[in-house]
Amino acid sequence: MSGIPHDHYEPKSNSEKWLHSRLPIIELLYNTLMIPTPKNLNWMWIWGIVLAFALVLQIVTGVILAMHYVPNADLAFASIEQIMRNVNSGWAIRYIHMNGASLFFVAVYAHIFRGLYYGSYKAPREVTWIIGILIYLAMMATAFMGYVLPWGQMSFWGATVITGLFGAIPLVGDAIQTWLLGGPSVDNATLNRFLSLHFLLPFVIAGLVIVHIWAFHTTGNGNPAGVEVRRTSRKEADADTLPFWPYFVIKDLFALAVVLVAFFAVVGFMPNFLGHPDNYIEANPLITPAEIVPEWYFLPFYAILRAFDGEVWVVIWASWLTGGIVDAKLFGVLAMFGSIVVLALVPWLDTSSVRSGRYRPSFKWWFWLLGFDFMVLMWSGARPIEGIYPYIALVATSYWFAYFLIILPLLGIFEKPLPTPATIEEDFNAHYGKPDADGQAAASPAE
Amino acid sequence: MFRKLALTALVAVALTSGAATAEEDEGSVTNYRFSFDGPFGSYDQNQLQRGLQIFTESCSACHGLRYVPIRTLSDEDGPGLEPAEVRAYIDQNFIEVWDEDLRDYRAAVPNDNFPANDAAGAPDLSMMAKARAGFHGPYGLAINQFLFGIGGPEYIASFLTGYNDEDEEVAGSYLYGNDIFYGGLTAMSPPLFDGLVEFNDGSPNDVESMAQDVAAFLMWAAEPEMMARKRMGFTAVILLGLLAVLLYLTNKRLWAPIKRRAKGGSAE
Repeated sequence: MSGIPHDHYEPKSNSEKWLHSRLPIIELLYNTLMIPTPKNLNWMWIWGIVLAFALVLQIVTGVILAMHYVPNADLAFASIEQIMRNVNSGWAIRYIHMNGASLFFVAVYAHIFRGLYYGSYKAPREVTWIIGILIYLAMMATAFMGYVLPWGQMSFWGATVITGLFGAIPLVGDAIQTWLLGGPSVDNATLNRFLSLHFLLPFVIAGLVIVHIWAFHTTGNGNPAGVEVRRTSRKEADADTLPFWPYFVIKDLFALAVVLVAFFAVVGFMPNFLGHPDNYIEANPLITPAEIVPEWYFLPFYAILRAFDGEVWVVIWASWLTGGIVDAKLFGVLAMFGSIVVLALVPWLDTSSVRSGRYRPSFKWWFWLLGFDFMVLMWSGARPIEGIYPYIALVATSYWFAYFLIILPLLGIFEKPLPTPATIEEDFNAHYGKPDADGQAAASPAE
Repeated sequence: MFRKLALTALVAVALTSGAATAEEDEGSVTNYRFSFDGPFGSYDQNQLQRGLQIFTESCSACHGLRYVPIRTLSDEDGPGLEPAEVRAYIDQNFIEVWDEDLRDYRAAVPNDNFPANDAAGAPDLSMMAKARAGFHGPYGLAINQFLFGIGGPEYIASFLTGYNDEDEEVAGSYLYGNDIFYGGLTAMSPPLFDGLVEFNDGSPNDVESMAQDVAAFLMWAAEPEMMARKRMGFTAVILLGLLAVLLYLTNKRLWAPIKRRAKGGSAE
């Protein structure tokens, strides 16, 4: 794989040869595990393993929860308490599953922003990136439907608000919404189909993860220096890479253990910190909560959804141009989906020839501003729509789009990048080596 | 690098948990100290028993605890009554539950849940201590919740002591002024008054003490597994911490020759 010269699997024993001639599965595992990996990967390259772990954790705890959960609008809420109080260690499994979703999203955001900084999406890794975005979308759908299952107040009203977005589609919106819900409003039919899909989608994600790994094993890993592994000779490839096992497996496992310490501290000591108190009140279609707030990982996009009211000039223009078909609600929905579409298109929006943000002096600033912008969006998504908050959300939303649609395309033209290292070996040696005569080594310790 | 990551993570958690902040009047929820606060805190069995007594003699007139199994009153980590005491508790208080098969009420057994009670339209209290947030902000950043907890029991105790005299009659129903309650008016008359309950051990029975006792009891009712959860937390954190140290050392040793070679030394 990946065209990097490396050791090949040779079946030794007779049984291995027997199997190999029928199904070369050991070779596949060998190539996957021993893949030459750039040796300069830094600590931001650990989130993949955290994500893989989180997926398995969620599937295992979720399958156990599904053994006890009752998908019925009258019984669901009580069945969660049954799990919490009467199932052996049910509380542990449920709290792990609940917070496991947050672990999953912390890791995926770190993973995505790592990709944005180091240009992981650039040729030849566009397909890896697109599949990653598909995984992210499937994660959001899974998490959203999972949050409905406890059938608390925020489950019910969150589902009502989010499925209501489909109602914004012109002409067919109401019909689509009814079709999705299985009725005129969120009810038993909705709960049942959400459980079914919540159970199905993680396996779709698992399939996409395999394709994601397949894709970057074909192109080879990216790395913080953004230069490709030399493939011309075995000697040069060996100077740039190390086999995944054991060097990166052990490193990743160490990082995973550190992340899990924090995770279990949250599960053990503050399991409800990231949730909403209203979800301990059973769903009641007759009582609307004072404030409907999605889970933290949806807040940035929720802020974008809410940012556009009828007063904003782009909305007025869009409405005028389309003869009123695009109203404020539809505009908000389009903006929310658009904010992820621009993320998916970033391989073609970024025009710079330099891959890694480390060697792009102006890009760095815009990137960190985007990270800050994401935090601001997340925060403003949970604030009431009053006073100064809508303006903050609107400014933050504008920057999100400006970053992808204006700044990235223009930066590639106007920015003067710094010289990049010629090889991964050079980058690695500069980081770990003694300062050489020019005194220029170890200039950028693993950013 | 790790410090940077840890700081970033901390800031991220602090910023992002805005989800946990419903916009309510910040009011003035008192940060009462409970024995179960923080990772090291545990329930005070005597306090839980006092709270049970207050719940039984006062709250249960209108409120149910429909998700709490009566047998859990004998949990070691909870009120810790003897099984015989639990049965005596059922008998003395004439606790009855609805039986679907009999289509009638019958005397409860320990395996039953506390009865539901919505006769007066009062909410069930099983998860009340988790369904209310005492602390928010500042500015939706959830820093207070990170530091002090979500504040359910603090909210309940503050609510019970938060009655003022600004009662009002709204649309034919008499509502009672309360500083803590959302909107400032609640349908529940002040449930506690000094000396309402006599404790066997002579513990203080002023409104503020009783409010805290019953809030602690309701926290237990909402989160009976809290002690087991904290024990699991410590076990997991310590074992995973140990594993992290071992993996760190393994990783360091594994990479040492590679890094030595990068320095221009021999690779062994």
